[in-house]
Amino acid sequence: MTLLAINQLNKKFSSKNGDTHALKDIDLAVEKGELITIIGPSGCGKSTLLKIIAGLDTEVSGSVSIEGVEVTGPSVDKGFIFQEPRLFPWHTVEKNIAANFSLKNKKVQEKVAELIKLVKLDGFAKSYPRELSGGMAQRAAIARALLRNPKVLLLDEPFGALDAFTRTHMQDALLNIWQVNKTTMLLVTHDLDEAIYLGGKVVIMNARPGSIQKVVDIQLPYPRKKADNAFQAYRQAILQEFEKSEHAVMGGRSH
Amino acid sequence: MSNNSELLYGDSVVKAKRKKKIKGKQLPSKTVIFLRGMIFPVLLIAVWEAAGIYGFVSETLLPRPSEIFMAFIDLWTTGNLLYHFQVSFLRAIGGFIIGGSLGLLAGLAVGFSSKIEHTLDPTMQMLRTIPTLAVIPLFILWFGFGEVSKVLLIAKGAFFPLYVNAFLGIRSVDGKMYEVAKVLQYSKWKQITNLIIPSALPNILLGLRLALGAAWLALVAAELMGSSEGIGYLITDARQFSQTTVVFVGIIIFAVFGKASDSFIRIFERRLLKWQDSFKG
Repeated sequence: MTLLAINQLNKKFSSKNGDTHALKDIDLAVEKGELITIIGPSGCGKSTLLKIIAGLDTEVSGSVSIEGVEVTGPSVDKGFIFQEPRLFPWHTVEKNIAANFSLKNKKVQEKVAELIKLVKLDGFAKSYPRELSGGMAQRAAIARALLRNPKVLLLDEPFGALDAFTRTHMQDALLNIWQVNKTTMLLVTHDLDEAIYLGGKVVIMNARPGSIQKVVDIQLPYPRKKADNAFQAYRQAILQEFEKSEHAVMGGRSH
Repeated sequence: MSNNSELLYGDSVVKAKRKKKIKGKQLPSKTVIFLRGMIFPVLLIAVWEAAGIYGFVSETLLPRPSEIFMAFIDLWTTGNLLYHFQVSFLRAIGGFIIGGSLGLLAGLAVGFSSKIEHTLDPTMQMLRTIPTLAVIPLFILWFGFGEVSKVLLIAKGAFFPLYVNAFLGIRSVDGKMYEVAKVLQYSKWKQITNLIIPSALPNILLGLRLALGAAWLALVAAELMGSSEGIGYLITDARQFSQTTVVFVGIIIFAVFGKASDSFIRIFERRLLKWQDSFKG
């Protein structure tokens, strides 16, 4: 069942120096329960695409719909994880997760406690964000999005600001959440290993204009091993795709 | 799951690091902090007293601390001091509440709406630059020497610090956090109570402290310009009879109470802003 459908999406940024075609003719269908990673060079519009799906940017042509309903603005249906955790510094972890829901409500309380367990923040419910490490804060942000039972969870380079070790932990934590909750996820990254390690499909994007070059199915069982031959084969294949596009750009310029 | 322990391990490392930091730089106890603050005043009083005893300074111009203390006891036992203090206190609080709450409301209104800002702020900024002392003659002409002119003068002093800082606080809300509130579908009310007010609180509390200081300053100006009761009156009256000790008692009461009221707000500040992660020196 198609959950998210993107048809002929185009996005232009206008400035004094003329128009920039940020996204050109994007078509993408995401099935319910999929975990899709989007990878591409900086400036390829992958974050812009995510913001458009979230409804944070609506000045576009083409259509984005979730379960057949057109996206017209931000809503809790589309959980969004920014590169920074963006927790409210004046709230404790549990209040950050509950946010606009009251913790006095028994149901909210139970769900928050459950999610704190899921993202492995046991014992930190009453801590303030300043007392958390970057990885922990990002997990709290994920719990905050999950509390709202989003139809799709959009992650915009969520682990980009973390060190390599924490990033690996976080990738496993995210896989665990995905397997337990079966939330549909779209994750934007610039880390090739991360894209293959997590994605059921890897969407390869290209810059100038931002467009989808190829969608690669990753047919490897979880948990994946980054050192495996099969993993490395996918890595090579995707790298070749990038090289191809770079040649095309270079060729286009020399003419 | 194998990654559980790793995850938890990662967390406990962070926790341990934080503890170590606290241990490594031992936080001074409350008594130590208090004693540090007392070093300078105690030293000053000792030198002052000694200078008086050995006759380095004139007793009428600079009476010894012990004499000032005796004058304080005298005034206290006759009940005069408490009465004058009460009068001053009520004036200050009255003016502070009127001016402060109006300043806060105006600051919030201007902060929330750019339309109100465009209409109100230019006038406010113009009025703000008028020194409190310069309007004293006008207030006397309008309201006479009575309580009204004094309370209004104090209110004018307290108004602008809160106005400016509440305005600034609301406008310093992080756009990124606003985006989060949008994604989480915060209602307008939740945006105000859970995002804007907490963001603006550090500024508002600073405004409160500055307003209190300004109210105190205006109180002294109001009482010195002419009054028949209050600490300011006590000071002017004593000056006419060259009772330097009483002048000192009045000044010290202003200083002590000013500091006490400031500390009072700082207690609130510490409690309300405990989430802040700032440099502690």
